[in-house]
Order: sequence, then structure tokens, then C-alpha cells
Amino acid sequence: MTAIEFSDASLKFPGSSRWAVDQVNCEIERGKLVVILGPSGCGKTTLLKMVNRLYEPSAGTILVNGQDIRRVKATELRQQIGYVIQQSGLFPHMTVAQNIGVVPRLLGWEKPRTQARVDELLNLVALPPEDFRDRYPAQLSGGQQQRVGVARALAGDPQVILMDEPFGAIDAITRTALQDEILRLQQQLQKTILFVSHDVEEALRLADRILILRAGQVVQYDTPFNILTRPANPFVYELMGADDMVRQLGLLRVETAMTDAPPDYRHTEAEPTIARHDSLREALSLILRTGARQLTVLENDIAVGILTLEHIRDSASVGVGA
Amino acid sequence: MGYIFNNLDEVWELLLQHMQMTLITLAIAVLLALPLSLLIYRYRWLNVPILGALGVFYTIPSLALIILFVPLLGLNAQSVIAAMVLYTQVILVRNLVVGLQAIPPAVMEAARGMGMTSWQRWWQVQVPLILPVFLAGLRLSAVVAIAIATIGAKFGAGGLGTLLFDGIAQAGRYDKIWAGAITVSVLAFAFNGALLTLQWAVNPTRKLYKSKGKVRQHLASATES
Ligand SMILES: Nc1ncnc2c1ncn2[C@@H]1O[C@H](COP(=O)(O)OP(=O)(O)OP(=O)(O)O)[C@@H](O)[C@H]1O
Ligand SMILES: [Mg+2]
Repeated sequence: MTAIEFSDASLKFPGSSRWAVDQVNCEIERGKLVVILGPSGCGKTTLLKMVNRLYEPSAGTILVNGQDIRRVKATELRQQIGYVIQQSGLFPHMTVAQNIGVVPRLLGWEKPRTQARVDELLNLVALPPEDFRDRYPAQLSGGQQQRVGVARALAGDPQVILMDEPFGAIDAITRTALQDEILRLQQQLQKTILFVSHDVEEALRLADRILILRAGQVVQYDTPFNILTRPANPFVYELMGADDMVRQLGLLRVETAMTDAPPDYRHTEAEPTIARHDSLREALSLILRTGARQLTVLENDIAVGILTLEHIRDSASVGVGA
Repeated sequence: MGYIFNNLDEVWELLLQHMQMTLITLAIAVLLALPLSLLIYRYRWLNVPILGALGVFYTIPSLALIILFVPLLGLNAQSVIAAMVLYTQVILVRNLVVGLQAIPPAVMEAARGMGMTSWQRWWQVQVPLILPVFLAGLRLSAVVAIAIATIGAKFGAGGLGTLLFDGIAQAGRYDKIWAGAITVSVLAFAFNGALLTLQWAVNPTRKLYKSKGKVRQHLASATES
């Protein structure tokens, strides 16, 4: 099912001669995490804000959960869509609990329900409620503020969540932890997340699909693997920094390169194994270390695929000639 | 001091007049400053012309400003109040605008993005955040208004200025002059103190350091309800 659908969505700011967003067509499947990636000023934020009507398209339509967003009252639409921004935007005069409770309050929830929800969400983003409920944003670190920002966006239990460089201003180590958190949350909650980033590694780590924008136009919309291995043009190739092979391999998951195990496949105990979510770099390292011809890919102790050196080489080299 | 106790009724009457003038002034001034500030907040280019004009009024001596209104409103409290309103505008508008502009854009964007109406954004986000700065402006305005209201006696507006001017006219009645001066000062101190306390109580960052004394907790809960 499609959660968000752009049809010829375009936007030109008043007084500007060029389109900030230019005829974007794309469907975002329910439960997927899509990263909008592109250089500064290419229209990522603008495209994102069109979804919750912070900007109104000059032309084209946008459907959210099958409904034309122009037919929904802007405030109601926004209450149904989570929104996380870079500088957290937490209300400084409200406690953490009050911040998270804003949308439930707008939705008219009863107090006990809101309070229970706040504690549930604080646990979800790994901030113990007893410790954090009554703090003010100024008493939180940057990373903790973003966690609260994420919890706040989830409060009304929206299906769709928009995130605009939520971890852009966070140090590298904390950012990685927060990215893991997002991956875990998405797996657990099956939300549709539209995530703006200008960080290639972040996009590769998080995305089910990457939407590459250039000057307001979609250049490529595909899985991270395909974008790396089959870039649509030299711009994408450059953007992805596709010539740093080892780094690329570190970012690609085994599952993207393996072939599925045949139904009658039996792996011998001696053969080295690797998990499907591990990186190709780990796989390569394992092959070099053990000298094995192929690796068996496991998921929950069941063989789901086979990975050979050729697979890895194909993943790494396809993009080079582009 | 003796004069005050011997003529408690009269002083009390004048004090009430003085306070009435001040409060009416502040009420009108706030009602005028709010839309003006929101206009400037919305259309930034209005900042210089509006605050510039209000600043010019501020440089006119208060006596002259009152006289300007006499042909329009007559020789009474209305002229005095009109002048005082104009006088306090620059303080109130500037503080409100500064307060509004100091709210981080990300906070307002989050408020909009979460689906608050403009009314909800105003009451739930903007008002609590500008309250401390606004109250600081109101405090200054109150003190200015109390001072100018003293001159009102010359224009038939009554108030504690009556004691001062009577004292000067009836050469040598220093007791009256002292009574007037002391009462005006006490009034100004009282307003200042009250608003300062309020300002402190609503400051959101103050709550960061609460949970020491009972009074603080009491004030904190009072402002939250
Ligand atoms: N409110 C606005 N009014 C006029 N032009 C704007 C406005 N917001 C953005 N633009 C222009 O539209 C284009 C796209 O801007 P946008 O903010 O969407 O870029 P972005 O991809 O998010 O960039 P960044 O990575 O720097 O955040 C830019 O050329 C920008 O100058
Ligand atoms: Mg942006």
C-alpha cells in the first residue's frame, strides 16, 4: 500500500524564477523508510514540508494514505503526521512530558491516557520516565533532546513521520546511536518515515529506498544497493562517493548482494556463516580470513542465502564505469 | 509624614485617582501595543517606521505632550492618559517585539508542524515565552506612567500631584510636598515590586532551579495552573 504519493508535485516560491520542487512523481510504500538525499538547496526540505502542508504545492497533488491532502484541514493533517526537525524545536517552557503531550492534548485525549503514552514513549526512546518526565529541554543533552523530539512526533501514533535532518547537529557517535534507534523503532512500529539527509552514510544506513534530488527534480529513486551499483548518472555516482569501495562495502548489507539459498540447500558445519544484516565488508573480511569459497547467510539460524566473492566484487564494481 | 496621617482620607482619595489613571493607561497601552507588535512581528519592515515614530514621541517632554492633547480631549484626565499611553508605547512595543523575535524559529515551526492553530500557538507557545520580557516592559511603563500622572494634577486630572502642586503654590507647605513625594514613591515601589515578583514567577528558566523552598514550589504551581 502507498503511504505517500507525489504526482507532479511542484513548488515555486514567490519571487523566485526557478522551481524549488519540480514535477516530483514518486510513491512511498507504507512501512518503509525513505531518505531524501541531495546537495544543499536542492529542495529536500521544501518537498518534505509540502507533505504536511507547511508549504502548499504550486502544482500537482500529494496523497497521504490515499487522501488528497488539500481535502483535509491543515491542522488536522499535521496532527496525523509526525514531524521532527533538526534543532529539536522543543518548547522550552514545557517539561519533557508536556512536550510529548502536545499532540495528544490537541487530539483531546484524557489526561491518564496521555500520561501513560508519555511514559511508554520515553521508554521507547530509552529515556527512563522517572528521570526525564519532569525535566525541561534546557536540562537535556542535544542527543536527548532529539530523542524527546522523536517521542513527541510519535505521540499521536501517526502512520507517517517526517524528519528533516533530525541528527544533523549531533556528534558522530551519538548520531550513530540515534540512527540505530530509528532503525529499531521503524522495525518495531512499522511507520512510514520520510527522512531528509545530506549525509550519504546516513542514507545508506537507514534507507529502504533513497530519493535523490537535484535542483528540485528526482534524479533517482531506488534501493541503496541499486543506487550504489547502478547510479543513474555521473551526478549520483559523485554524490554517493561511489569510488571508495571499502567504505561502500561497510555500508551495504549482506542481503543486498547474496543470492537466495535454493530450497534443498544444506550448509555444512565447517562453512563460515554470516547474518543477513551484517555488512559486505565483514563478509569480505570473513572470506579473506577463512579462505572459504562461499558464505552461508543466516537469519534466525536458518540458511537464507549464499554469498560469494564474486557477489561482493559485483556489488563493488558495477558503479565504477558509470 | 504627619500630613499623610492627619489627612488620610484626602491622601487615600488622591492615591486612588493616581492608581486609576495608571491602571487605565496601562490597560489601553497594552491593548494598543499588542496588535502593533504583532504587525511588526509579521511585517518586519514596519519595525523601523513604527518604533521610530514611537521613539520620537518618547523624546517630547511629557508636559508638552499633554498640552498637545488638551485641544482634542479637554483639560482633564483624558488628555493626561492619552499622553501616558503614547509615552509607554515605545517601551511596550519594543519589549513585545523583542520577546516575539527571540522565540527560536524552530519552536514556532514545530508548533505549526504539530498542527496547532494560530490561536493555540499564541496562547500555548508565544504568550508563555514572551511573558517575562513583556512584564519587564510593563514594569518600566508602570513606573513611567506613575511619574507622568503626577503632572496630571496641573490639568485637572487629580492624583497625588495635587499635593505637590498645592504645596508649591501655597509657598512653604513642605509637609504637603513631602506627603505627595513619599506617597508617589511608595506607589512606584509597590508597582515595581509586584511586577518584578510576577516577572520572576513566570520566568520559565527559573523552574530549572526549583524544588528548594516551599514558596518557590508554590509560585511554580501557581503559574502552571
Ligand atoms: N521560504 C523560502 N522562500 C524562498 N525561497 C526559498 C524558501 N525556502 C527555500 N527556498 C529556496 O528553495 C530552494 C530549496 O530549498 P530547500 O530548503 O528545500 O533546500 P534543502 O535541500 O533543504 O537544502 P539544505 O540541505 O541546505 O537544507 C533553495 O534554492 C532555497 O533558496
Ligand atoms: Mg533543508
